[in-house]
Amino acid sequence: MGQTITEKILAKHAGRTSVEPGENVWVNVDVLMTHDVCGPGTIGVFEREFGKDAKVFDPEKIVLVPDHYIFTKDEMCHRNIETIREFAQKQGIKYHYDPGTPTYTGVCHVTLPQEGHTRPGEVLLGTDSHTCTHGAVGEFASGIGNTDAGFVLGTGKVLLKIPASMKFIIDGELGEGVMAKDVILHIIGKIGVDGATYRAMEFAGSAIENMPMEERMTICNMAIEAGGKSGIIAPDDITREYLAEVTDKPYEVFFSDDDAIYFSEHVIPAEEIVPCVAKPHSPDNYSSAKDCSDIKIDRVYIGSCTGGKTTDFIAAAKILDGQKVCVDTFIVPATVKVEKSLETEKINDKTLKQIFEEAGCLPIAPPSCAACLGGPVDTFGRTHGKEVVVATTNRNFPGRMGSKDSFVYLASPYTAAASAIKGKITDPRTIL
Amino acid sequence: MITGKVFLLDDNIDTDQIIPAQYLNLVPTIPEEYKKLGSLALSGLPDSYEKFIKSGEETAEYTIIIGGKNFGCGSSREHAPVALGAAGIKAVIAESFARIFFRNSISTGEIYPIESKESLQQAFKTGDEAEINIEENYVKNLTTGKKFELQPLGEVKNVIDAGGIFAYAKKTGMIS
Repeated sequence: MGQTITEKILAKHAGRTSVEPGENVWVNVDVLMTHDVCGPGTIGVFEREFGKDAKVFDPEKIVLVPDHYIFTKDEMCHRNIETIREFAQKQGIKYHYDPGTPTYTGVCHVTLPQEGHTRPGEVLLGTDSHTCTHGAVGEFASGIGNTDAGFVLGTGKVLLKIPASMKFIIDGELGEGVMAKDVILHIIGKIGVDGATYRAMEFAGSAIENMPMEERMTICNMAIEAGGKSGIIAPDDITREYLAEVTDKPYEVFFSDDDAIYFSEHVIPAEEIVPCVAKPHSPDNYSSAKDCSDIKIDRVYIGSCTGGKTTDFIAAAKILDGQKVCVDTFIVPATVKVEKSLETEKINDKTLKQIFEEAGCLPIAPPSCAACLGGPVDTFGRTHGKEVVVATTNRNFPGRMGSKDSFVYLASPYTAAASAIKGKITDPRTIL
Repeated sequence: MITGKVFLLDDNIDTDQIIPAQYLNLVPTIPEEYKKLGSLALSGLPDSYEKFIKSGEETAEYTIIIGGKNFGCGSSREHAPVALGAAGIKAVIAESFARIFFRNSISTGEIYPIESKESLQQAFKTGDEAEINIEENYVKNLTTGKKFELQPLGEVKNVIDAGGIFAYAKKTGMIS
């Protein structure tokens, strides 16, 4: 019987030749990531259960990426960063991207691939729901809580239920002005915020195969917004080329068999997908951007793990080049590498940074999760009132960006930038 | 048997509504911060709801939450089931749960996440007294006298009874 890529990876890590959906198996973990928000609690569980002097299962397989609450005056947040720092030193953790030092990178889900921690065929867990991002390279990646992560810290193992897989085939060519964000919002709009609960979402088809890695990450990042346990895309030459730049560790590639069994298959012609938004207050509240063109907005936010990568800023700059924004426009690069790329990537001989400055965007913020999830009251871009925001982030439940009275529309960088120019939700095809 | 007052919630209650992100500077394994998380439980709900925790109180007067579909969707923050547990909630009954919230509820042993067989949102209102019998898989609205079937918790019950995965693993000899 055929197996999916997800089943093959999990079988390998369970020391088995095959597994079936619904089975509970012990799986060896290749990488465990944690950050400043869930790290201190994870460390607390680990030390409570294994002892203050216990050693982690492998100091080279743990990646610490403080990224959530970095640029704040909140003392408790500083304490949490310090807790992680002390733990890293005590345990000899090799990969610690420490705020306030030259090793600081920024948002974990952009750091992990950029620093070479994501590899095909591996099992990567993180104390963050958007850990599913890393399925983009063809690995099993999923979010877990502190207690499970504390268990992994001590043992390197986790008990996982094998998810059934749902296959999404997007064939054809995406139209002008359509990005990965539109593809995933389209899918979530169709299946709902619990449409993939407990299941692996496997994305395939020529539109996916033609996407660069960062766009594939945007798709897998939002598998959780449909309730998915993971998102995954089969590795190919684009994956290999991306990885050749960031890691020299060997990896094994897996592919779904032709006769693999899926929970469901969904064929979506690429031509059907148009620039769109998820309206407040749910990622499945789909509307085409065009149908929201009477919605006036107060601000635009371009950032986060799903919408603050170099590809996202290139897209935003294409729209903003030579234009002026008429609402507060927040630019928050996900990582230091993305931040640097704003000064090296050019459109019409102008750097992205120049384009954003000339368009009247707010001064570029230092890399972190910032207002994607609200955060401490002094967080850059956080909402405090009834703001209507178009954001390239991934979640818009009530209060997600801070104020529960604010209204967040999720959109692609194209749509967000076009909306910044017009001051209302705008289909980017009217500007491109 | 779990008995107490019910707090009624809608579909898709996400983790930001259960515990807003600004309070994630609190660390659940530090006892006083655990308590604080409890006092902030469900503070992210829209104002159309009654206050879950009365001002000045540290815990809720409720023991049972009745939710709808996809309860606990959103982030992986374990602070969410922890905050509910610290506020005094013993069980959440919902038509369905988001995966990570469900798993975190069991791992921490903080609350029993129990699936109902049908929507119970019309059958209960906030403030009703209810009784959950986990062995016999039912919840009874003591205010109206009506009884509703629940999905069995199976092996999950033993883990939560023990106080979470670590306590369970120790009790059953899986780890020392």
